[in-house]
Amino acid sequence: MLGFVLRRLGYGLAILVGVNLFTFFLFFSVNTPDDMARLNIGGKRVTQAQIETWKTERGYDKPLYHDASRQGAEQFTHTILWERSVSLFALDFGRSDARQAINIGHEVKVRMGVSLQLALPLFLLQVVVSIAFALLLVFFRHTRIDFWGVVLCVLMLSISSLFYIIVGQFLFARMLRLVPMNGFAPGLDAVKFLALPILLSLLSRLGGEARLYRAMFLEEMGKDYVRTARAKGLSEGRVLSRHVLRNALIPIITSAGSYLPYVFLGSLVFESFFGIPGLGAFVIEAITGQDFAIVRTMVFLGALLYIASNVLIDIAYTWVDPRVRLG
Amino acid sequence: MKPVLLWTDLALWLMLAAGIAYALRVRAQANLRATWRRVLRDPVAASAGVVMAAFLLVTLVDSVHLRRALPTAAGEAAVYDARTLSLLDIALERQLGMREVSYSLPLGTHGFNKESVIDAQGRVSRELPRLQFGGAHLTDPATQWAADVAGRAALGLMGGLVAALLAVALTAAALAGHHAGWRGALADLAADRTFYPLRTLLLTLAVLLLLAGPVIALMPHYHVFGTDRTGNDVLVQALKSVRTAFVIGALSTLATLPIALLLGVLAGYHKGWVDEVIQYVYTTLSAVPNVLLIAACVLMVQVFFDKHPELFETAAERSDLKMLMLCAILGLTGWAGLCRLVRAETLKLRELDYVQAATAFGVGDLRIMARHIVPNVMHLVLITVVLGFSELILYEAVLTYVGVGVDPVMNSFGSMINLARSEMSRDPVVWWSFAAAFGFMVGLVLAANLFADGVRDAFDPKARSARPRVLLRRKGADHA
Repeated sequence: MLGFVLRRLGYGLAILVGVNLFTFFLFFSVNTPDDMARLNIGGKRVTQAQIETWKTERGYDKPLYHDASRQGAEQFTHTILWERSVSLFALDFGRSDARQAINIGHEVKVRMGVSLQLALPLFLLQVVVSIAFALLLVFFRHTRIDFWGVVLCVLMLSISSLFYIIVGQFLFARMLRLVPMNGFAPGLDAVKFLALPILLSLLSRLGGEARLYRAMFLEEMGKDYVRTARAKGLSEGRVLSRHVLRNALIPIITSAGSYLPYVFLGSLVFESFFGIPGLGAFVIEAITGQDFAIVRTMVFLGALLYIASNVLIDIAYTWVDPRVRLG
Repeated sequence: MKPVLLWTDLALWLMLAAGIAYALRVRAQANLRATWRRVLRDPVAASAGVVMAAFLLVTLVDSVHLRRALPTAAGEAAVYDARTLSLLDIALERQLGMREVSYSLPLGTHGFNKESVIDAQGRVSRELPRLQFGGAHLTDPATQWAADVAGRAALGLMGGLVAALLAVALTAAALAGHHAGWRGALADLAADRTFYPLRTLLLTLAVLLLLAGPVIALMPHYHVFGTDRTGNDVLVQALKSVRTAFVIGALSTLATLPIALLLGVLAGYHKGWVDEVIQYVYTTLSAVPNVLLIAACVLMVQVFFDKHPELFETAAERSDLKMLMLCAILGLTGWAGLCRLVRAETLKLRELDYVQAATAFGVGDLRIMARHIVPNVMHLVLITVVLGFSELILYEAVLTYVGVGVDPVMNSFGSMINLARSEMSRDPVVWWSFAAAFGFMVGLVLAANLFADGVRDAFDPKARSARPRVLLRRKGADHA
């Protein structure tokens, strides 16, 4: 177990290095630090002196990959790539590139809490509701309930999440005035701000998830142990809950686990639509403001969470299925 | 007139050519023919295919572009209009010209916002202004409007019905040889006793025609789906958005194929360090949150375009190239999933007897991959393409909302929804833009999803079927 975790972490580190190199290359191959300075200072006339100060303030006054004027290891360490990468790996995210340079690390910490308040209940509800709905359909398989249930699923998954948001906001916030349109408040008040985004996000993904889980359950239903369980005289409900559900958990964990990074990163669209100041909204603001420091940090964080959630998924397999051994 | 070949036009027509080539190949191969026959015999998939074909028709008509010649004095070199028009624009010229001042209701005759109107006596009053074009032929809208709209709609319905009946008659005539004359053919059609689910197909076609008929009949004199903030016809926007959705959906999935197929087969066939490296590359790629990766790439392209304005002659070319780049980016960032599938399948295939036999005979690696592996993973590719199509259409809307989608001047469902967002919070609410985008988008995505399910079931029968099977007692079965 320990060996497994260590090996996975090593591979994860290799991937992080790759992601970092890749994003660095992506950003700086087209955009030189001069361009970024011009973009961020704004205005029509930007003097070279202004650009130089901007670059010095933010530590962009070095060569990108290789400094030929230095000796020895400094050739590589006195570069933007090295400094930025080292600080990223030390989880020191520095300041954003925008005019009001904000402390990214602090911002991420604050916003992650908010994102979690939205995403964690959403994630749990998502799994539970989708499984329950899928089990219901499977229980009524080969009947009209199953048929129309699947038709409903296909219809629901053909509708863009943006439609759910717009209609939901219109219906619940504007017509019925049950919840505020958007915004956020800390503490218990958060519930009334988060209820609608959670409900809508749940609905927008229910169709696809429930249909997938239903197919997974049906695949298990055809197996011999189910026949045996029935032959023992177990009720259909018991067969489903004790046997089919347990065995279908592995593919369900795989599919639900792939959402884990987004639990932390927040639902980009939902957060920005509902004015919830989480990480997702942060990313969208950074994208529209073309703030590369923030985008790069978030890419790094996203990759980190991806690796972590993959390890978590593998560990979860061993809980669900004792036959799975990590080694 | 000067024909203009935009990049996405070229890509779309090439794709159509490739589609036709594939169809010819399917005809020649018994195996593929049987599988596709299964897709076509599936009523749901086949009628979804009809709907897709209707959307494809709109797309193709919208993909022939040209620039009009401006009138010049004799002897001068021809000067062309800076606007690039498509055949669809020309067909909808009247609608494009029917530009109002601002919002108006669907089929409306008056504007949506009150304006100060000065009458003959010089008195100023606040009232809803008459539209310049919508219902302009009516002298007294209050009394004539209902009858006029109903009359035109009925005419359109009749037209649609006639067209549908014509389709039925033609089908019956075509079937006459095999079904004991056209009477027998009609009876078999009605009882659904044909080889292909023709009854369902004809019904789908009839529904489409009955929907299109009234719209076409009303279009010249009314804004069927109303107008937007700048007075443009919403129906035209929705129709133009279809092409954008199609381009994004089809080209982006196609862009993933070369990389995914090549790397997947290489990794699965060679194993060892090649496999390790390729796995590392796609794991790294999928570790980056997708939206961020796409956003980063799109920003890069945008900066590049801003720096090189001399590359584009017209605004249309610019936004077109931007869309093509978006497709390329979606392709470059989205190949990991298919690559993983192809690799796993290749790992299985390379151990099979026929591949082992080929190796034993001394057939080269490249030849084995090309002749024995690639054709046998093509079903995965096909399934991924059809499944990816609808996902990408939905994704475009999200990306456009985030601000990294298609060019804002380009009509797309994403930009329509984006505008609708602020319109829905107006008071009184402006709902028609949203409704039009919703209707068209759901129609397209639903059809694509249903078609994809049919293709998947036919090409991968072992896969988990998402289809419900109802064991309904057939009517009449008891008596038989």
